[in-house]
Amino acid sequence: MLVSEQKPLEEILHSLEGESAIFILGCHGCAEASHTGGEKEVLAMKSSLEHAGRTVSGWTVLDFLCQKALIKTGLQPFRGRIKKSDSLLVLCCGVGIQATAAAVDKVVHPGCNTLSMGGAQGEWRGSERCAECGECLLDYTGGICPITACTKSLVNGICGGMRDGRCEHEPEVRPCGWYLIYERLQKLGRVDRLRDMPGIRNHAKAEPPKALRSTTLWALEQEEQQTERTA
Amino acid sequence: MKLTGLFTDGRFVITSEAGPPKGVDTTQMLQDVDLLLNKVDAFNITDQQSSVMRLGPLAASHLLKQRGAEPIFQLTCRDRNRIALQSDLLSAHVMGVENILCLTGDYVSLGDHPDAKPVFDLDSISLIQTAKILSGGHDLAGNELQGSPDFCIGAVVSPGTDPVEPQIIKMENKIRAGAEFFQTQAIYDVEAFNQFMKQIDHLDVPVLGGIIMLKSAGMARFMNRNIAGVHVPEELISRMEGSKDRVATSIEIAAQLIKGIRETCQGVHIMALGWEKWVPDLLNAAGL
Repeated sequence: MLVSEQKPLEEILHSLEGESAIFILGCHGCAEASHTGGEKEVLAMKSSLEHAGRTVSGWTVLDFLCQKALIKTGLQPFRGRIKKSDSLLVLCCGVGIQATAAAVDKVVHPGCNTLSMGGAQGEWRGSERCAECGECLLDYTGGICPITACTKSLVNGICGGMRDGRCEHEPEVRPCGWYLIYERLQKLGRVDRLRDMPGIRNHAKAEPPKALRSTTLWALEQEEQQTERTA
Repeated sequence: MKLTGLFTDGRFVITSEAGPPKGVDTTQMLQDVDLLLNKVDAFNITDQQSSVMRLGPLAASHLLKQRGAEPIFQLTCRDRNRIALQSDLLSAHVMGVENILCLTGDYVSLGDHPDAKPVFDLDSISLIQTAKILSGGHDLAGNELQGSPDFCIGAVVSPGTDPVEPQIIKMENKIRAGAEFFQTQAIYDVEAFNQFMKQIDHLDVPVLGGIIMLKSAGMARFMNRNIAGVHVPEELISRMEGSKDRVATSIEIAAQLIKGIRETCQGVHIMALGWEKWVPDLLNAAGL
């Protein structure tokens, strides 16, 4: 379970600036449970965007956006609409946003910040994809997470340690995350996004309230202890 | 003395480097500084260079100040969080440090304490922003300072990186954040460097080209293999290899590089790496 919260609408509208047709994608998994990306929230986002004068070219809610293969099949019926869209607004955790970015050749905007894993991994195994930083930057990095892809978790661009696209730390196994980001932005014609500096990170956002960090199991344990105490 | 003050009268500025020792014996470092005291404008004081633990740059900057040398206090984000970095910036000002150089820092695995926890709470850009905010009289939490520091803020760029575009964009972002001068990674290809300077012609900021004196062909090959952004062309390597007098050839190569870039940049940053005693000869050969 990945716990997420929606980004403020102003931030979402700012990231969609200059885009006329937007496809909204939600997730029946953790995002639905977090009330951030189920059908209800996707429809509410659609009306918020339309109210702000944006065109929503289509929308759908898929089962597990953290599963790349499911995204590809799930989006098949919407291929035409997505092709005509400028970008996708994805309401789910950081794993699902990156899986969508990897599955679709379109700009992908995150609509949520991921706060906590709540005790369980997302489905896209293979490598770490989301560090639950609470300040999703995937909008500015072309759908590749700088916190997990860069060894130093740098948010303000490439350092001087990149050689031949590899990181200075363990170059034989680690690509430079910022080189991957640059390559992807170049492919999307969005290298200019690198001029937006996130600046100083708020590390406090990576420590959400205890209740949001806890697993279902933890909640049950608390309940048990409470019962024992009262008995 | 702020470095930016020197560029304003169109002077070609020369900076060098003083490496704090591993330990507390500062004799060698201070001897090297004395050799160049009136020959260069300022000395970068490196901060745990290559992630190797040493005497700190703040204490070393203070020692240089006492000696009448101008330090450029280097800070990396590898070993300190924003509380420690801000505090060190305040301390530096109190000790009379006027020039700082803000870097992200090498990863811990490159040095002699690979098991250390890497910090990177801030990075080069947010550190520059931090120095600016402190100068404005507040800390990062928005609290008012009792007296604020004032720094000339420097940064680095690596012109030999391929692709160079993300380097240039980051350089622009560093300028927007508050960087007032740049020092570059070591240059060995005059033409490529001058091409880079053309690409950043729109940026109104002084650049000091980086010069590392080659000590041997082996050192050149080592750098080509291990240091990002550094490429020593084969021609220079064979010149070092075939040389009967390595020092003379090294000086000749470095002097040619300086002459080759002199018209396109605003100064040089000479990293002698233990060959400080030959720097006066190099400056002479380069006509500086």
